[in-house]
Amino acid sequence: MSQTYDRRKFLAEMLKFPPATIVLGVIGPVKLLAAAGDDDDGYEPTEHYYAMGIRVEECIGCGKCVQACKLENDVPDEPFYFRTWVERYIVYTDGEVQVDSPEGGIHGFPPVADESFPPVADGKEILRTFFVPKLCNHCDNPPCVQVCPVGATFKSQDGVVLVDEDYCIGCRYCIQACPYGARFLDPRTHTANKCTFCYHRITKGLLPACVEVCPTQARVFGEIGDRSTPLNRMMRMSHLEVLKPHMNTEPKVFYTALDGEVR
Amino acid sequence: MIKSLLRSVIALRTWIRGWRRGSSSRKIPTQVIQLGVIFLAVGVGMFLLRQKFVPETFGDLGHYRAAAVAANAELELRYAGWQECAACHPDKVETKNASFHRNVSCEACHGPASDHTNRPMRLRPELPTGREPCLACHRYLASRPTGFPQIIEERHNPVRACTGCHDAHDPTPPESIQECSACHNTIARSKAVSPHAPLDCEVCHDTPAEHKMQPRAHVPKKPFEREFCGTCHARDAQPPEVIRDVDLTVYDIPRIDLITHGGTFVCWQCHYQHSPEAR
Repeated sequence: MSQTYDRRKFLAEMLKFPPATIVLGVIGPVKLLAAAGDDDDGYEPTEHYYAMGIRVEECIGCGKCVQACKLENDVPDEPFYFRTWVERYIVYTDGEVQVDSPEGGIHGFPPVADESFPPVADGKEILRTFFVPKLCNHCDNPPCVQVCPVGATFKSQDGVVLVDEDYCIGCRYCIQACPYGARFLDPRTHTANKCTFCYHRITKGLLPACVEVCPTQARVFGEIGDRSTPLNRMMRMSHLEVLKPHMNTEPKVFYTALDGEVR
Repeated sequence: MIKSLLRSVIALRTWIRGWRRGSSSRKIPTQVIQLGVIFLAVGVGMFLLRQKFVPETFGDLGHYRAAAVAANAELELRYAGWQECAACHPDKVETKNASFHRNVSCEACHGPASDHTNRPMRLRPELPTGREPCLACHRYLASRPTGFPQIIEERHNPVRACTGCHDAHDPTPPESIQECSACHNTIARSKAVSPHAPLDCEVCHDTPAEHKMQPRAHVPKKPFEREFCGTCHARDAQPPEVIRDVDLTVYDIPRIDLITHGGTFVCWQCHYQHSPEAR
């Protein structure tokens, strides 16, 4: 680099700065204003990062969440298509674990034990028994997104794992990849279907349908991050666990009082 | 094809070497031009195919169609949210929010209501009746958390609808009635688990007010003829007003033919009225 700056050239270069500053100073705010004008409903996905909390100790297994989910999201009626479902765990004193979920718990659960205390079922004493609601974990590191060959399932900017129904080819890779069994193939459209955290509701500022109807606040919805939400409070106050942490999927559905037997 | 391609590549290499040394002529050999044409054709082809097959808005935000996010957000609402209910029914919501049901949203019992909020006069949400809607949450199940209020339905006023005693919007259990049961506890207990549970004592026993003060001097009346039981149990009897909060779809009143049933016996010679076993 043998080129050197003489004084004349330097001054000439310096003269370019004021106009450039003015031009940029005008463009910046105009761009910002234009961006604000685009956003009519005031929803900015980058400002949110959704997650859910489930307080296992509060769940009464009434199945209202399952009903609400089916109605709200037009999930097929057959008792094996669910975006969310409730499982009942029964741990016997001999260590045997029994899990059932009759029709996903949509009509509640039949009594399994007699009315004695401690309760007895099938002649065996029950050590503990509880309900565990399940749904898509909206993993931060979602295996279903990795395997999709066409990019029809993805993690949105607000942290929700969604399915692009118009673009899904129905190959079922994602259904196999999900370690939580949270996906199914919609028999009507032959596309993958799953919980969206009721994306059409949360973007309007409403709660997901299952959270709205939960009578005991066993389901807590909110955001991860600085914003004050009921979830943030729950996460601060409770010992949290996630399902299958060893899978490294980094789930965003957090459970409190989760029993070691829950898979 | 591959051979000619190889030849072109070799020609390109020799030409570049020659050009570097400055010895070769500056003219581009035909093989190199051929190769260039092939590359250009492949490139243009790829570009056109991409234009055709990669959907619009794909890759705007990531490896997906940005339009799919909007499509997911478009679904129609079914559950309106309790805030919508509170706009028109503030009294109900206020009562509920001060009661044990404060965290139960309206639509948990009344079902999805956005059809109703869109056209309030034409479509009404469900009105839960009978015992089953309450039992969905309050039936005893061993798996429910300790401390959650639960009942054993066979022992908790079996045939009575829940709303007969509890207001669903303010479900605090009513004070137990200490009127007759204060003295006649055994009778009250058998009656409470019998089909006659919803009947007040006064339905059958016309009791003078002084009975509480001077029980022996003012004795309540007892039924003394078959026709009294027949007011409910005769074949053509209408269910009287006193049992209107009983869910008659679950429990039906047993009917008999008053003339032929039981011969000359009166009812209480075979049935115990406080726990009638006939079903």
